[in-house]
Amino acid sequence: MDQPILELRGITKIFPGVKALDQVQFDLRPGEIHALMGENGAGKSTFIKVIMGVHQAEEGEMLLNGKPVHFKNTREAQKAGIAAIYQHVTSYPHLTVAENIFTGHLKVRFGIVQWKAMYEEADRLLQELSADFDSHALMGNLSVAQQQMVEIAKALSLNAKIIIMDEPTAALTKRESEELYRIALKLRDEGVAIIFISHRFEDMYALASRVTVFRDAHYIGTYDVDGITNADLIKAMVGREINELFPKPEVEIGEEILRVENLCRTGYFKDVSFAVNKGEIVGLTGLVGARRTEVVQTIFGAEKLTSGKIYLEGKEVKIKCPSDAMKLGIGLLPENRQIEGLILDWGIGQNITLTELKKYVRGLFINEKLEHITSKDLAEQVDTKAVSIFDKASSLSGGNQQKVVVAKALGSDFKVLILDEPTKGVDVGAKAAIYEIMGELAKEGYAIIMISSEMPEILGMSDRIIVMCEGRVTGELSREEATQEKILELAMAKHIAAAEERKVQTGEE
Amino acid sequence: MATKSGRTIAHVKERSLKDLLLRWESLLVLIFIAVNIMNASFSPYYLDAYNLFTSINGFLVKGMIALPMAYILLLGDIDLSVGGNVCLSATVLGIVYNATNNIWLGIAACLATGILCGALNGLILTKFTELAPMIVTLATNILFRGLSERILGDGSTGGMQSIDWFSKLYYGRVGPVPYMFIVFCVMAVVFGLVMHKTVFGRQMYAIGENKRAAAYAGIKVEKIRMFVFTLTGFICGFAAVFYCACLGSVKSNVAEGFDLEAISMCVLGGISTAGGKGTFLGAIIAIFIIGLLRYGLGLINLSGQTIRIVIGALLIAVVLFPTIRDLIKNRKAKK
Repeated sequence: MDQPILELRGITKIFPGVKALDQVQFDLRPGEIHALMGENGAGKSTFIKVIMGVHQAEEGEMLLNGKPVHFKNTREAQKAGIAAIYQHVTSYPHLTVAENIFTGHLKVRFGIVQWKAMYEEADRLLQELSADFDSHALMGNLSVAQQQMVEIAKALSLNAKIIIMDEPTAALTKRESEELYRIALKLRDEGVAIIFISHRFEDMYALASRVTVFRDAHYIGTYDVDGITNADLIKAMVGREINELFPKPEVEIGEEILRVENLCRTGYFKDVSFAVNKGEIVGLTGLVGARRTEVVQTIFGAEKLTSGKIYLEGKEVKIKCPSDAMKLGIGLLPENRQIEGLILDWGIGQNITLTELKKYVRGLFINEKLEHITSKDLAEQVDTKAVSIFDKASSLSGGNQQKVVVAKALGSDFKVLILDEPTKGVDVGAKAAIYEIMGELAKEGYAIIMISSEMPEILGMSDRIIVMCEGRVTGELSREEATQEKILELAMAKHIAAAEERKVQTGEE
Repeated sequence: MATKSGRTIAHVKERSLKDLLLRWESLLVLIFIAVNIMNASFSPYYLDAYNLFTSINGFLVKGMIALPMAYILLLGDIDLSVGGNVCLSATVLGIVYNATNNIWLGIAACLATGILCGALNGLILTKFTELAPMIVTLATNILFRGLSERILGDGSTGGMQSIDWFSKLYYGRVGPVPYMFIVFCVMAVVFGLVMHKTVFGRQMYAIGENKRAAAYAGIKVEKIRMFVFTLTGFICGFAAVFYCACLGSVKSNVAEGFDLEAISMCVLGGISTAGGKGTFLGAIIAIFIIGLLRYGLGLINLSGQTIRIVIGALLIAVVLFPTIRDLIKNRKAKK
C-alpha cells in the first residue's frame, strides 16, 4: 500500500459547548479521490477547516508525506500544496477570472504586477480544464459551475497536490456535475489527490475509490466504494442511538388548521403540499439544499410565492408579507434568530413585545408598565435565564435567545407556529427545555411545524414527518413507521435514484 | 410551563444617578450651558429676552426640518434633499401667490410641493430598496433646486410680506415670544412623544436596528419608510411657509446647506446615522446648541466661513467622544 500523502489521527476540535470533532482520523493516498460523507452537522466542514488551518485542533496530529505539519492559517496550508474549494464560492464578482485566480499570490516583478504573464498563465490553466471561457471574463458573469472551475484553476495555480472539494455539486445541474467529474478524474490521473465531500451517492460512485463516514463528530469507518451497499452506507451515516429524552406528550389531534397545496417558488421548490392539524407537531426534514426554510418563509410571506394555495381553517388565504401571516395567526420562529428573530441590542422585554405592541397601547401611548409586566410574565413562562427584562438579547446564550423568540410568539394569538431549527446552536440542557415547551404548546392546541436537520429531534418530537429533497416533498411518514433509515432514504431519494441509474448504465457498458 | 425553575425576572429598571450623568443628553446640557455662558460674555444684551428670541427665531426653520430628520436617521436612512425641497416649495408659494393673488392657494401649493418632493424620495427608495438613500436624495436635491432655478431664472419672487398676518408668521410675537417659537415647541413635543411613546416610534427604532427582524416581527418596513420620507417632505413645505414670511423674496439659492445643518443637529443630538439609536431630547438640545453657537460667533463678528470651521470642528470632536471614551475604558480594562 502506498504511504498516505495526508494522514490525520485523533483530531479533536472543541467549540464552546460542543465537540465538533471527536478523535477522528482520515488518510488520503496519492492520486486518490476519497469521498467524505455524513449527515448535516457530522463535522465534515469543520474537519476541512482543521486541515486548512482555519481552525486549530485541540488534539491530534496531521502528517503530510509522513512528516508532522501544523498550519496556523490557510496561507500555510496552500504553501504546503493543499487547496480547498468551498461549497459557497468565495470570489470577487467584479474582477476578471485571472484576477480571481491570482488573488493572494499576484505575479510581481520589481513591485509591478505582471498582468500579461498572469492572463497567459490563467488561460493555460483554463485550457487544461477545457473551460469554455477565457481569463478576461468577469467572474460575476459566470455560472456557479464555471466559477468552481476558476476555483480549481486557482488551486492548480498554487501547485496544489491535494485539493479538497466541499459539496461542490450541491449547486450544480446534472450536466455540470458530470463536467466536474471529468475534471476531477483528469486531475486524479495527473497525480492530484482529492478529498470530495458530498452527501450525494452518485458523486461517490462516479469518482471515489474509498469513502470515509463521519457521524456526530465521530469517525465511523472507511470503506471501499465497491465493497459497500447503499443500505450499509446509510446505516453507517445515521446509526446512532437515540438516548435523549423527548418529552412528547400524547395530544389529541384536532381539525386541520393549515394546508398548503402545490406551493411553488421558481428556482427553489415545486409542488409542495402538506397539512398540519390542531395539536399536531409536523416535522419537516431533509438534507442541506432541500429548501425547507424557503418553503416556510414563503408561507410566512417573507418571500414571494410563484404559485400554489394556502388554506387556513379551510379558507383560502392570501399572504403577501409577514404581517399578513401574523394577522391570520401564523407565526414563524426563524432559523437565523440573531438576525431575523431578535434585535440583539434591545432588552429581552422589548424584543418580546415588538410583534404585539398594539396590545399595550392605552389611549395614544404604549403603557410601559403593562408592557414590562407582560414581557416579564412571558419570559418567565419559558423559563428564560436572565436577571431582568432589560438584559440585552445579545447577552443571552443561544438556548435562552431561542426561549425569548418563543416568548415573543406566545405574546401573539397564533394558531400555527413554525419553528425553523429551534434547537440549532442550543446546548443540551436548553434543548430539553425547548422540547418541553413545544410539547406544552401542542397541548394548548397550536398546530406546529418544526423544521429540523437533527434526526433524533425529528423522530422524537413529530407526530408526522414530511421529508423533502431538492425542493420536492419526497415522502411522508407517520410517527409509528418512521425510522432513521427510511427518512434518510427519502431525503436522498433523488440522489439514490440518480446513482442507481448510473450503476445500471455503467453495468451495461 | 411544566418544569419551572421558579426563577423570577426583574421588570423594574434600576435608575442610578451615575447612569443619568453618563447619558449623552447630560453632556449636551453641559455644552448648551457653556455656549450660553460664552455668548453672554460676548454681549451684555444676549440674555435680553427679546434679543434672545430674535436669535432663536433665526435657526428655527432649520430646527423644524431637523425634527423629521431625526426620524429619517433613526430609520437608518438619510435625506439630503430637504434644502432643495424648502427652496422649491418656497418658490412655488411665491409663484402661485403672484399668479392668483391668493395667499391661501400659495400656501396650499407650497405644502403640496413639499409632500410631493418627499413622496418622490420615498417612492424611489421603497420601490428600489437596493438604492442608497444618500445618492438618491443627493440627486433629488439637485433636481428640486434645478426646478426652482428653471422657474425663477436669475430673478426672484416675493411680495407675500405685504400681507400683514403672513409676515407675522415669522415676525409676530406674544410678548417677547415669537409665534414661530410656539409652533416649534408644539411640533417638538408631538414629534418627541411619537418617537418615544407610540407603537410607530418603537417600530422606527426596530427598523433602524434591524430591518429583517422588524419585517419578521410583522412591521411593514417599507410602508413606514415611505411615510417618514413623505412626512419629511411635508415639514419642508411647512417650514418653507415660515421661511417665506421671513425672507420677503425667494431666490433659487435660498435654504442652501439646510440639509447638512439639520443632519448635524441630529447627529450632535446623539441620533446615529447607522439607525436605531438616540433620543429626541438630545436632538432638541443639539438644535439649540448649533443655532446659538452660530449666533454667538456672529456676535463677535466671526465671518460665516470661520463659523463653519468652528461648527465642523465641534461636530467632529463631539461625534468622536463616545469612541474615545470607549478607547480609554478598554485601555483601562486591559491594564
